[in-house]
Amino acid sequence: MSGRIKPVTAVAIIFFLVSAVAPLFVSSWATLFALILAKGIVVLGIILLLQAGQVSFGHAMFFATGAYTAAFWGKYVGGGDIVLFIALGGITSAVFGLIVGLFVVRYREIFFGMLNLAFSMVLWSLLEKMFHYTNGADGIRVPRPALLGLSFTPETFQYVILYVSLLAAVVAFYGVQRYLESPLGHMLRAIKSNETRLEYLGTSARRVLLIGYMISAFLGGIGGALVAIIQQIATPEFGFWTKSGEFVFIAILGGSAHAFGAFAGAAMFECVRFYAAAHLADTWQLILGVVLIVIILYAPNGLIGLRQRYGQAKQGGH
Amino acid sequence: MASVLLSAKGIKIRFGGVVAADGIDLDVLEGENLAIIGPNGAGKTTFLNISTGYLRPQAGSISFLGQEITAQLPRTITKLGIARAFQIPQLFLDQTVMENMLIAAASRLGSPSGFTALSALPELPEMERLLDLVGVKSYASRKARELPEGQRKLVDIALALALKPRLLLMDEPTSGVASAEKLEIMDILTSALAKEKVTSVFVEHDMDMVERYAHRVAVWNVGKIQKVGTPAEVLADPKVREQVIGI
Ligand SMILES: Nc1ncnc2c1ncn2[C@@H]1O[C@H](COP(=O)(O)OP(=O)(O)O)[C@@H](O)[C@H]1O
Ligand SMILES: [Mg+2]
Repeated sequence: MSGRIKPVTAVAIIFFLVSAVAPLFVSSWATLFALILAKGIVVLGIILLLQAGQVSFGHAMFFATGAYTAAFWGKYVGGGDIVLFIALGGITSAVFGLIVGLFVVRYREIFFGMLNLAFSMVLWSLLEKMFHYTNGADGIRVPRPALLGLSFTPETFQYVILYVSLLAAVVAFYGVQRYLESPLGHMLRAIKSNETRLEYLGTSARRVLLIGYMISAFLGGIGGALVAIIQQIATPEFGFWTKSGEFVFIAILGGSAHAFGAFAGAAMFECVRFYAAAHLADTWQLILGVVLIVIILYAPNGLIGLRQRYGQAKQGGH
Repeated sequence: MASVLLSAKGIKIRFGGVVAADGIDLDVLEGENLAIIGPNGAGKTTFLNISTGYLRPQAGSISFLGQEITAQLPRTITKLGIARAFQIPQLFLDQTVMENMLIAAASRLGSPSGFTALSALPELPEMERLLDLVGVKSYASRKARELPEGQRKLVDIALALALKPRLLLMDEPTSGVASAEKLEIMDILTSALAKEKVTSVFVEHDMDMVERYAHRVAVWNVGKIQKVGTPAEVLADPKVREQVIGI
């Protein structure tokens, strides 16, 4: 078993390669793939929390924190660099995650989900109402940053941000997989199956969840900073509950059993939106809704579960 | 005389109208195997719940190695050296038996890594040995969920052993295990406990097991300790025979 590359890892490698190469042929794909990768990083955070059996309906607050970190830097400090934005976005979000986490890790399931939602609504309101600092609903423009001191034309920049997103996604994907296989990651999963036993082994389940929560916030912040750079704007919408719902949606769509589900889901989601929005205005939500119903009814393990399902059917099950 | 490891004084707890502990005084001595017997609902599990901090007594106190542990958190008490095996096995059902064991090992070591693989822990051979000891090594790579009840109980005991405790509390360790295997398992278990100098308290219904493996017996009856003594003394008591053993 070990030493051999698992099929899902192979698919992940192919996906990352396609993200690197395909946009060289179709330039409008550069931004599409950059968005897929950036959102996939955020959804990795949702998948982490799902390992502990917890669903956050407020995760967009970390996405917004990352985006506004980049936006505020541009507005109040000026200039900026992609690497700086990503690092700062991630760190600010992780610190915010620590603060919020200290409250939410005391709760489980619906209470955990709703408390996250409540915190995210507070942040959203602040972003909307503190007009003087945030421009309210209009949001803050994020001027094109440099990369390690180099500036680019818009045409080149879309590729620059694509490859930065790709690198960030690969590192995040690898890191999350390592984490989930590590003692801490296994303890996170243990929270889902038997918190009592975990405590009786001498481990604080809250502490384990808090660490997972901070990592998840960190990923949200990185994704948020990337999307703000890609779309050149940060708006309160980034932290609205529908955005949180979108991330959970993508996680379920892709499948939470494996880190790659985040990217599979994000790819499906963004592609449907990209093409349906172009050809059938206002129907992309309908299409995605139907897709989600089909997934939940016929492939509860998400897109990445389809392969296993198909493979099992061929072998006549286990 | 051996020193006192765990000491309970005047423990009381009631759940609504049910009195589950009504002034429990009990000393557990270093190195002994103490059996707890008594009818269902007598408060045996409740005593283990209180001793490990899962329940807070309404009166009384518990100390371990001279240190007050009343109403401390289970994980704090675990860290002090008390491990517990449950009446209903408490496992991480979605993980393999070996992963369960390694999580226990990582917990005992503290500061678990978030990057190196669980399976790379140097405790792996030791965990294999413990699984072998309780006779479930062949299940090591199976998901805990797939195990039959009896084997789950054994894994539950192995998890407690993985913590290298000073005191092991076992709630009906061999219930659910086929009776042919009971003796073998208890033989192995008690000799392992003796070898590693682990004191044990075990709740047991089977009087043969009690006679064979317990140094002392405490008889529970409706939240009270009716009698404490050697197995022979307890079995000779007509009141215990009539009310608890039913002969
Ligand atoms: N957490 C609890 N809440 C309410 N009642 C309980 C609780 N734990 C135990 N009891 C009651 O206390 C009594 C003693 O239970 P228990 O200690 O499990 O008995 P035993 O292990 O000796 O069979 C029973 O009547 C049980 O229903
Ligand atoms: Mg009981």
